[in-house]
Amino acid sequence: MAVCQVTDQNFEQEVLQSDIPVLVDFWAAWCGPCRAIAPVIEELAEEYQGKLKVCKLNVDENPVTPGKYGIRAIPTLIFFKNGQPVESITGAVAKSTIEAVISKVLGA
Amino acid sequence: MERELDLVIVGGGPAGLTAYIYAARARLKTVLVERLSPGGQVLVTDWVENYPGFPEGISGAELMEKFSAHARTLGLEPILDEAVGLTVDGELRLVHLASGRILVAPTVIVATGASPKKLGVPGEAELTGKGVSYCATCDGPFFRDEVIAVVGGGNTAVQESLFLTRFVRKIYLIHRRDQLRATKILQERALDHPKIEFLWNTVVTEILGQEKVEGVRIKNVKTGEEEVLQVGGIFIFIGIKPQTEWLDGVLAVDEGGFIVTDSEMRTSLPGVFAAGDVRAKACRQIVTAAGDGATAAYMAEHYLAERRKT
Repeated sequence: MAVCQVTDQNFEQEVLQSDIPVLVDFWAAWCGPCRAIAPVIEELAEEYQGKLKVCKLNVDENPVTPGKYGIRAIPTLIFFKNGQPVESITGAVAKSTIEAVISKVLGA
Repeated sequence: MERELDLVIVGGGPAGLTAYIYAARARLKTVLVERLSPGGQVLVTDWVENYPGFPEGISGAELMEKFSAHARTLGLEPILDEAVGLTVDGELRLVHLASGRILVAPTVIVATGASPKKLGVPGEAELTGKGVSYCATCDGPFFRDEVIAVVGGGNTAVQESLFLTRFVRKIYLIHRRDQLRATKILQERALDHPKIEFLWNTVVTEILGQEKVEGVRIKNVKTGEEEVLQVGGIFIFIGIKPQTEWLDGVLAVDEGGFIVTDSEMRTSLPGVFAAGDVRAKACRQIVTAAGDGATAAYMAEHYLAERRKT
């Protein structure tokens, strides 16, 4: 499954009401580290297909949701489970670091 | 175990990518490991105006895209993984990756670069991403019309402050000395800027706030006087630390952890070279990193040729 694009409009439906845990990558075009992490996010979307939904939210085009979750830095990755944020990672980190958090989110 | 590689390059910033270009043109069988996509620290640089060939300047991200594109024309397919160890097996050097994969070659170029230093004060770790930042281009737009603090006095601190003036209402530039270390052209721009107020001889002792940054406690190092500044964010640019923990003492490093090399990029371990910001040296620039990368690849090629003779 490819990375899904979420917006302020469909965030509730795509993320909060998802049956499986969701990873949301808050990003923007002007953010270098967001570009750096993008291929890793795509790989994760493939590898965890069916277990974890992987989405991206452009903070420039969708200001409401980042405001709601207090985003003051990007890239920020937030993991949602049953409509609640359960874990988050700030900054461009290695794939193995993200995978460690994924195991925690999927395992718990 | 994978065999028959000539060279493993660890790190995909300007040094690693340049090394790849030179190694590929020398027809060395080369792989490049990068934990993210190639680009390195330059990706967070808003504007590069000292890289020759770009008289109008170029964004850090765009410059690195050009480096990557150049390397891709020579077959670059970066391995997106993190190097976690370097070991020796006779003539071979083994690069261990986080995924468990092991890359084996007679030569290795370490170009893992550096990352921003932390202040090490209370509140810093807790509020990172909530107003504490090390990347102006990433996080600057979240501080529109706010009052913020910037810590540091070198090129990065001054250049990024100038960038942040586009968004914020006011910047307190906090520096522990009584003058800037930044290059003169940047100093001139910052000292004249109406949005930047300098706080000299001053250090940050604590970052305050619960859910987000609300202020910083500062101290004048000359008078000992303490004060709380109301700021919504703090950007920290106080230098870099080398990414050498993964080497676990296999290579000789200086007191700051930077890898010690000779002028030909040779480290203390034969067949292993270091290039770019990770190396102990005086001048850390994109252009010097690229130069190091070229030298390291050239020396790796020579090392391999000498080895084949014996």
